[in-house]
Amino acid sequence: MSWLPKSPKARRRLTLVAAIAPVLALAVGLTLWGLKDSISFFYTPSQAAKANPPAGRPIQLGGLVKVGSVKKSTDGRVQFVVADRTAQDQVSYQGDLPDLFREGQGIVATGAFRRDGVFEAKQVLAKHDEKYMPRELAKALKEQGEWRGDGSVPDYAKAQHP
Amino acid sequence: MIAELGAFSLMLALAFAIAQAGLSAAGRIRRSTVLAAAGEGAAIAAFAGVAVAFGCLVHAFVTSDFSVANVAANSHTEKPLLYKVAGAWGSHEGSMLLWCLALTGYGAAAAALGRGLPQGLKTVMVATQGLLGSVFLAYTVFASNPLARLAQPPVEGRSLNPLLQDPALAVHPPFLYSGYVGMSVVFSLAVAALVEGRVDAAWARWARPWALAAWSLLTVGIMLGSFWAYYELGWGGWWFWDPVENASFMPWLMATALLHSAIVTEKRGALAGWSIFLALGAFTFSMLGAFLVRSGVLTSVHAFAVDPKRGVLLLIILGLTAGSGFALFAWRAPQLAKGGLFAPISRESALVLNNILLAAATATVLLGTLYPLIREAMTGEAISVGPPYFNLTFVPLMAALAILLPAGPLMAWKRGDLAGVAQRLWIAAGVAILAGLAAFALVSPRKAFGALGLAVGAWLVAGAIAELVERTRAFRVSARESLRRLTGLPRGAWGMTFAHLGLGVFVLGACFELGWRGEAAETLPAGGALDVGGYHILLERVGQVEGPNFDADQAILKVTRNGQPVCVGRPERRVYAVGGQTTSEVAICYRGLSHLYMVLGERREGAAGPQWLVRAYWNPWATLIFFGPILMALGGVISLSDRRLRLGVAARRLAEQPA
Repeated sequence: MSWLPKSPKARRRLTLVAAIAPVLALAVGLTLWGLKDSISFFYTPSQAAKANPPAGRPIQLGGLVKVGSVKKSTDGRVQFVVADRTAQDQVSYQGDLPDLFREGQGIVATGAFRRDGVFEAKQVLAKHDEKYMPRELAKALKEQGEWRGDGSVPDYAKAQHP
Repeated sequence: MIAELGAFSLMLALAFAIAQAGLSAAGRIRRSTVLAAAGEGAAIAAFAGVAVAFGCLVHAFVTSDFSVANVAANSHTEKPLLYKVAGAWGSHEGSMLLWCLALTGYGAAAAALGRGLPQGLKTVMVATQGLLGSVFLAYTVFASNPLARLAQPPVEGRSLNPLLQDPALAVHPPFLYSGYVGMSVVFSLAVAALVEGRVDAAWARWARPWALAAWSLLTVGIMLGSFWAYYELGWGGWWFWDPVENASFMPWLMATALLHSAIVTEKRGALAGWSIFLALGAFTFSMLGAFLVRSGVLTSVHAFAVDPKRGVLLLIILGLTAGSGFALFAWRAPQLAKGGLFAPISRESALVLNNILLAAATATVLLGTLYPLIREAMTGEAISVGPPYFNLTFVPLMAALAILLPAGPLMAWKRGDLAGVAQRLWIAAGVAILAGLAAFALVSPRKAFGALGLAVGAWLVAGAIAELVERTRAFRVSARESLRRLTGLPRGAWGMTFAHLGLGVFVLGACFELGWRGEAAETLPAGGALDVGGYHILLERVGQVEGPNFDADQAILKVTRNGQPVCVGRPERRVYAVGGQTTSEVAICYRGLSHLYMVLGERREGAAGPQWLVRAYWNPWATLIFFGPILMALGGVISLSDRRLRLGVAARRLAEQPA
């Protein structure tokens, strides 16, 4: 092939470029596509209210489980309210709750909002041990000035007594 | 007293590591064999020091000496002995000590075993290993001393996180760390080669055994971690693309690339610069892994108690070591000799393609792991990058690699023959296509992607066998001649066959499990039942059992298939009195290669008495997922025993070459 460079060194370089270019293009293309479509945002209820993600888009919702809001049905469905200082969302979840799920504690739910505004969770994560708090949640709570260490329940997450 | 002895010998080890670096460096500059030998002695002494310190820590854990802060925070008198010992590396401080033990251990081994290496290269390697040892030992001594005492010791310890009290996880860190840190020897060898300005076939031959050993250990370590996540977390999955899993996976990908590029450097003298780059990269990713796990910058199951100061220190260590390594590379690499030439269709090109794909895959994993950090730093938004991203980016690259893989070993060096390779592989291709079609037609429900994955797995397995057939000329010469060839194959060839076979087995298992897993969850009263994967699971009753340091609810699950009893699963829900934590103990019923995986969930009060949430997964061929990596590691070990890789042989050959 006459259009190929004459020197074997230049030829090898051309081969290398020819091999690397498609892989690189594939990797970059897939990565950009992946980062555009398959990342999920983390919101607290008030951030979710502001960002208003479309129904069905997977997100993570983090906040404190409101005391007294947990309702368990016999078919395995659990309903509870996740709250931050200014907003709260109803969460519906079918499945096993993590071992450390407690009222008044921080959780992160992965799932999507339904059309009726209820958050349908696919997975619920709580702290893994007494030292651990989902990092995004700890940060969001700190920003809102609601970080009081573990164990103390802010007023908005407490049950309202009539 | 013993804790003080440990703390003292740890400091002594730090002094020895510094001496090791200084003496060896001086020995290299003055070309003094006495100083160089003193440096090697210091390397062995540093290891002895850390070993004594580590022994003291284990002793403190075994005897429950709660005056040691680390023991008080992570142990308990009622804990079983195995977890008392494992507690020594179950915390941040202890795991850093384990890291140092492995690091100085490899340093000592390199000093003691590297007799065949040229004096200059070896001295610089020992010096570099000493520098690495000093940095990490200094960090351990000053920022995270595992043997620090408490002024007022508590009566009882706070115990180890129950999730970590598990046999697989007890041995997972030693394997993982010996794998991670084994890359340090390759790193030091790369630095030494750059300093000496000579990277050739001999260098690749010296670096390969270390890379192989580290790679094999890392493979086992990752597999054990995955197996732990599989049966201890009770989520039914075995890989979650969690940042910490990625942190251990990236050095593995780099090391895999290095093993392959080093072959080219060894046999053909080409790709020398690239091999050095990978050698530096593998340990850099190991340190990045340590940083990601230890600093807690990313949310993960494995994140220990977070201390930002330590994170910053580790980041500085990472920046300094990797930065100076790569700076040296940028300075010296252009002066390295260029290797032999090869045609676009050749074994060399196949290995280059393997490296391109592995490097691209590593890059996508790296980006996916760090993207949440980057995004948060830039826009302040918190996001998470989950399995969909990795499925989209990593899987196609690996699929391309798997499809090309069987052709590589059949290619000739320098100039390959594509038609010849195709001729040797057409049976394997036929087997793969048949396997895919059979899976698509016979396994219900029909899944095109699953069938495709199975075809790729079958292609890998058949390709590995085809390569063996080619080497032994089976079916073309007499059976006895084939057998003679088979037994006469070099161990390195067997190692490759096992490793490639292992990958195929893993792909088969992973694709079958991901494609056709079944899942069922129901809240059941005693006497209730649920069905999954053709099995009928009856909750007979839930009883109480008492463990050494926990109380548990234990369900008796009677499994039947078509009315025939199959097995009894006894999943538990354990409550640990110390810390008040609850964990689930999964019951796995092994059915051939497949697993019936049962989890007892929480108790709920129903109208007609108590009910329990029972989850069951049908994981077909799940055993292969863990067996594949074992085959791969076995391949590494077999290859390691090849006499061509022994250092003495390499040195003798080098001596025979005219200078």
